Amino acid sequence: MSHWNPAPFAQQLLDLFASLLLLIAFAMLSQRRILTLIHLFAWQGLILTLSIVDSAWLTHQPHLYYSAGLTLLTKVLILPLLLHRLIRRLDVVWDVETLINIPTTMLVGIGLVIFSFNLALPISHFSSTILRNTLGIALASVLLSFMMMITRRKAVPQVIGFLALENGLFLAATSATYGMPMVVELGVALDVLVGMFIFGIFFFQIRETFDSLDIRHMEKLKEE
Amino acid sequence: MTLLPLDLVGLILTGWGGLGLLGLVLPARLGRSLLFPLITGLSVLMAGAGLWALQGGAQTLVLPIGLPGMPFHLRLDVLSAFFLTLLGLAGSGISAYATGYFRRMAETQAGDFQRLTLLYAFFLASMGMVLVADDAYFFMVAWEGMALSSYFLVTTDHEIPAIREAGFLYLLMAHLGAIALLLCFGLLQSGAGGDYAFATLRHHSLSSFWSSVTFFLALIGFGAKAGLLPLHSWLPEAHPAAPSPVSALMSGIMLKMALYGLLRVLFDLLGQPLWWWGALLVGLGSLTALYGVLFAAVQSDIKRLLAWSSVENMGLILSGLGLTLLFHGAGQETVAALALAAVLYHALNHAFFKGLLFLGAGSVLHATAERNMAKLGGLIRVMPWAAGLSLVGILSLAGLPPFNGFVSEWLLLQAYLLRPDLPQPWLNMVLPLGAAVLALVGALAGFAMVKFYGIIFLGQARGLVPGEVHDIGFWERFGMGWMALGCVLLGLFPSSVILQLDTVTHALVGQGLGASAARHGWLWVTPVAASRASYSPLILFAVILVSVGLTFLGVRRFFHGRWRRAPAWDCGYPFQTARMQDSADGFGQPIKQIFESFFGLSREIPSPFDPHPHYHSEVRDPLWALCYLPLVRGVARLVKVVGGLQQGRISTYLLFSFTTLLALLALVTGTRP
Amino acid sequence: MTPVNWLLQGGQEILGILLAPLLMGWVGIWRAWLQNRRAPSLMQPYRQLFKLFHKEVVLAETASPLLRVTPYLLFGCMGLTASLIPMVITDLPLAGAVDVIALVGLLSLARVFLALAAMDVGTAFGSLGARREMLVSFLAEPALLMVFFTIASLNASTSLRFMVTGFAARGFYLYPSLAFAGVAFLMVLLAENGRIPVDNPETHLELTMIHEAMILEYSGRHLALIEWASALKLLIYFSLGFALFLPFGLTDSQQGWGILGALILFLLKLTVMGAGLAVLETVSAKQRLFRVPEYLGTAFLLAVLAILLHYLLGS
Repeated sequence: MSHWNPAPFAQQLLDLFASLLLLIAFAMLSQRRILTLIHLFAWQGLILTLSIVDSAWLTHQPHLYYSAGLTLLTKVLILPLLLHRLIRRLDVVWDVETLINIPTTMLVGIGLVIFSFNLALPISHFSSTILRNTLGIALASVLLSFMMMITRRKAVPQVIGFLALENGLFLAATSATYGMPMVVELGVALDVLVGMFIFGIFFFQIRETFDSLDIRHMEKLKEE
Repeated sequence: MTLLPLDLVGLILTGWGGLGLLGLVLPARLGRSLLFPLITGLSVLMAGAGLWALQGGAQTLVLPIGLPGMPFHLRLDVLSAFFLTLLGLAGSGISAYATGYFRRMAETQAGDFQRLTLLYAFFLASMGMVLVADDAYFFMVAWEGMALSSYFLVTTDHEIPAIREAGFLYLLMAHLGAIALLLCFGLLQSGAGGDYAFATLRHHSLSSFWSSVTFFLALIGFGAKAGLLPLHSWLPEAHPAAPSPVSALMSGIMLKMALYGLLRVLFDLLGQPLWWWGALLVGLGSLTALYGVLFAAVQSDIKRLLAWSSVENMGLILSGLGLTLLFHGAGQETVAALALAAVLYHALNHAFFKGLLFLGAGSVLHATAERNMAKLGGLIRVMPWAAGLSLVGILSLAGLPPFNGFVSEWLLLQAYLLRPDLPQPWLNMVLPLGAAVLALVGALAGFAMVKFYGIIFLGQARGLVPGEVHDIGFWERFGMGWMALGCVLLGLFPSSVILQLDTVTHALVGQGLGASAARHGWLWVTPVAASRASYSPLILFAVILVSVGLTFLGVRRFFHGRWRRAPAWDCGYPFQTARMQDSADGFGQPIKQIFESFFGLSREIPSPFDPHPHYHSEVRDPLWALCYLPLVRGVARLVKVVGGLQQGRISTYLLFSFTTLLALLALVTGTRP
Repeated sequence: MTPVNWLLQGGQEILGILLAPLLMGWVGIWRAWLQNRRAPSLMQPYRQLFKLFHKEVVLAETASPLLRVTPYLLFGCMGLTASLIPMVITDLPLAGAVDVIALVGLLSLARVFLALAAMDVGTAFGSLGARREMLVSFLAEPALLMVFFTIASLNASTSLRFMVTGFAARGFYLYPSLAFAGVAFLMVLLAENGRIPVDNPETHLELTMIHEAMILEYSGRHLALIEWASALKLLIYFSLGFALFLPFGLTDSQQGWGILGALILFLLKLTVMGAGLAVLETVSAKQRLFRVPEYLGTAFLLAVLAILLHYLLGS
C-alpha cells in the first residue's frame, strides 16, 4: 500500500453495499417478526442510499445525488414510519409463520442467486458500466423479495416484500443505466407512497371484513 | 520360467476356488479351522501380489477355456492391481474373523456351513476374476458369478421370509444392472468387428451420442451395484440380511467392484469423456451421499444403519469420480489426479472401516442375538475388545483426524477447493455447493456414528442380562484388529499410500501426486504445493499425544489422584432406570424432526393417559414410493395385458407360434437385398 | 523452522491456556454489569478451577474408562488447537501439519469424545445432552467449514498461515463475501460455545440445557479440565475470528517488539470483543430448541452464500 487511491476503494465499496443489500434480503426472508422486518427494510433503504451516493461519486452523475436523497427520504424515513404506525394501529407486531420452513426458503434463495447471476452474466458482458457486478445482485434481490411475498401468509409482510422488491429494482437501475431520469424516479417515489396509503386503507378494510389479516381469507373471494 | 504377478493372482484365484470345493467335502469342523485360515493366507498373498503389480506394467494372458473362439482374456494392469490389493487386504481381515465367527454354525448346522464355505470362497474368487477379466464375456461371467454367489450368501438364513424378500430384491436389481452392462459392452463393441476383448474395445471410438448412451448404460449397470440413487433400494435390505462377515465383504469390497467397473469403462474403454457426465455424476453422487447419511442417522437396526452409511460413502466416492471426469474433460490433469487419488483412497478406507464396523456389528449380533439397537446398550463393559476396536471404526467413519476417513475426505475437499476455473461458468458457481454437501455429510456421519456407538456400547444395558454376553474370541480379535490397524495406518501414513496410488492416477489421467508428495517427504501430504495445503497426520497424532500426556502429567503432578465410585448423579434424580436413556429412535429424533417432510414418516404417539404407552415410528424411503411402486404397478398392468393372451387352449398357442413364424419369414425375405 | 518458532508456538499454547479463564471472567463481568448485578471478580474462574482441582473425583458406578479419559483428551485437543491459531505470530511451525480442515476435525474429535462420554454413564440427561450437542454440531460444523472455505478460496490456501498473510499481502480490500462469512461465523461462534440464542452457559437444571447436560457426571479435576477446555474453546473461536476477519497487527517477525505489539493488540481485541459478546448475549433471547436447527441452517446457508458470492463476484 504505497499510496491511497480512492477509486478502486469506491468500487469495492459498491460491491460491498450490493452484497449487504442481498444479505438483508436474505435476512428478511428468514425473519418472522414484522417489526424486525420493518427495521430491516429501513436498513436496506439506507444501504441503497449509500450505494447510490457511491455510484454518483464514482460516475460523476450529479442527478444520482438527488435520487439518493429521495431514497433516503422515502425508503428510510417515511415508509418505515408509516409501516410502523400501521402495524401499531393494526396491532400485528408478533411473529408470523411462513408457508414454507425457513431453511428450505433459503435453499431456494441460493438457487435464485445462482440463477440470476447466470442470467446477468451475458448482460454484464455487454454493459460497459463499471457497476456491472451489481446487476446480478440486484436481480437476485428482486427475486428474493418476490419469494418473500410468496411465502408469507399475512398481508403486511407481503407489502414489505413488495417495497423491498422496489429497492432491488432501483439498484438494478443505478447499476445498469446510471439511474433513471429524474422524472421517472420522482414518479416512482410518489407511486410507492400513494400505494402505501392505499395498502394501509385496504388493510383496515380487510380486517373489518374478515377480522384478520390472513390472506387465506381472500381465497374465499373467488367465484364458486 | 519366472513367476509374474498375474500368474500368482491366477494361482490364488484357483486356490480360492479349490478351497471352496474342498469345503464341500471336508467335515464342517475341520473345514472351519483349516480352510478359513487358508483363505485368509491366500488373501494376504493376494494383497502382496496386488502391491507387486501396482509397481507398473501390464501383463496379459489368454486362457484356452470359455466358448469356442472366445477364450478368456486375462489382464493385470495397475488399476486391477489396486483393487486386487484392496480385495486382499480387506478380505484377509474379514476371512480371519469369519474363522471364529462361524464356529457355532459349523458345529450345529454342518451342511449349511459346507455350502457357505463354497459360496464364500467362490465369492472372493469371482471378485478377483472381475478384476483381471480382459474381455466383456469373461467379465460378465465373473460379474454374474459374483452376483449369484453373494445372492446365495445373503439368503443363508432363508427360513426368514424378510431375508428371502431382501434376497429377491437384490437378485432383481443385480440382473437389471447386468442387462444394462451387457448392452453397454454391446455398444462399445458395435461395429468394431472381431471379438469382445477389451483390447479391441479400447481402440474403437464411438460418436458422442453413442458414447453418452454407453455412459448411461454403464452408470445404470454399475450404479445399481454401487447403490447410486435411485438404484440404491436393494442395498439397505440385502447387506444387513447376510451373515456379518459376508455383509463386510459386500459393503467393504463388492461395492468397490462397481467403482472398478466405472473406472475401467470410463477411463480405459470409452475414450475422451464429455464434461456433463462428470457434472451428472457429481450431482447424483452428492445426492446419494446426503440421502444415505440421513437415512443412516434415523435407523435403529445396527446393520441397516451401516448399510445406509455404505450408500453414503459410495455417494461420496462417485461424486469424487464425477469431479475427476470433470477436470479430466477440461484438461486439468493435476486436479483430476487429486480427485482420483481421493476416490481411490476413500474406496480403500471404506473397505477397512466399514468392514471393521460390520464385523463389530457381527460380534454384537453373535453375542446378544439382537439387531435392534433399542434393546442393546452398555456392551463396552462386557465386550471391551469389540467395543475398543469398533471405536476406531466409528472415528474413522466419522472422518476425524488422525484416522483414515479424514484423509480421503480432506483430499476430496482439496479437490473442490483447489480447482482452477472450469470453462462452464455455471459449473463454477454450482461446484461449491458440492463442497457444502460434502461438509454436511461428514458432520451428519459424525451424528450417526455417535448414535451407533453410544447406543450399542455405552450407557446401561437395555433389557439384556449382561452375564450371558461374552466377548469375542481370538480369531475375531485378530480379524477386527487387522482392520483397525489398517484404519490407523492408512490414516497416519497417507503420503506412502498416495505414492502407491501414483501409478494408477498416471495410467488413468496421465498425472500423479507422487512428485509433489515425494518432494516434501513422507511425513507430509501436499497435493499441489505447500503454500496451498498440507497435512501431516503423524505430526498431528504426535502432538495430540504430547498435549494430552502433558495435561495428564500436569494434573497428576500438582493434584492428588483421589477418586471414588458413587451412584450416577443425574441432577439428583434417584429413581433412574436404563429405560430413561435415549433409545435409538430418540437419538435420531432431531433428524426426523428437521427432515420430517423429506422422510416418508409414519408415527404413532401414545396419549399422555395411556397406561401402557406404545410409541412407534417408521421411516420409509420416499424414492421407493416414487420410483419403484409405479414401476411395479406398470409391470403388473403389462402382465395383465399379456395374461389376456393366455387362452389355455393348445390350438391358440399353436396359432401364436404360426403367426410368429410367418412374420419372421416375411421379415427375413423382405430385408434380403 | 527454528527452535524459536517452536518456543513461540509452545508459548502461545500456554498463553491461550492461561488467558482462557480470564476471558470467561471478563465476559461474565460484562454480563453482570449489563444485567444490573454486582459483578464477580475477574479472577473468579481461576478460583473455581483451583477449588475444583482440589476436590475429590466422584465417578458414577456405571462409568467406563472412556469417561475418565475424555477430560484429558478434551483439554489436550483444545490446548493444541489454541496453539495452532495465529494469535500473535503467523509463522507457527505446526501450521503446515494442521490446516483449517484438520483444525475443524480436531475440534470435532474433541466433541465426539465429549458426546460419547456423556452417553457412557447411561443417564437421561447425559444422552439428551449428547443428542442435542450432535444436533448443534451437525449444522454448525459444516457452516464453520464453509466460512473457512470462503477465505481459503480468497487466498488459494487452506493453511491458516497463508490465509492470514494472504490478506496482508494484498493490502486493504473490501470483500463482500467476507460480510456473509463474518455473520455466519458469529452465529457459529455463539452456537458452538453454548451462548445465548442456542444454549445458556449459566444455568443448570433447565430442560433446555445442552452443554451442561453432557457434563453433569463429572466432578473434581475432571470437571475442572472440562470447564477449562470450554473456556479455551471460546478463546479459540475468538482468536480464529481475529485471525480471519480482523488480522491487523499479526506479525510474521520474531523480533521482540513486533511480538509485544501484536500481543497488546490481541489483548485489546479480546477486551473489546469479550464485552461485545456480553452485549450481544444480553440483548438477544434464548431460542426454543426446535428453532436452533433453523438458526444454524441459516448460518450454514449464509456461509454457502459467502463462497458463492466469491465465485460470482470474482472477489
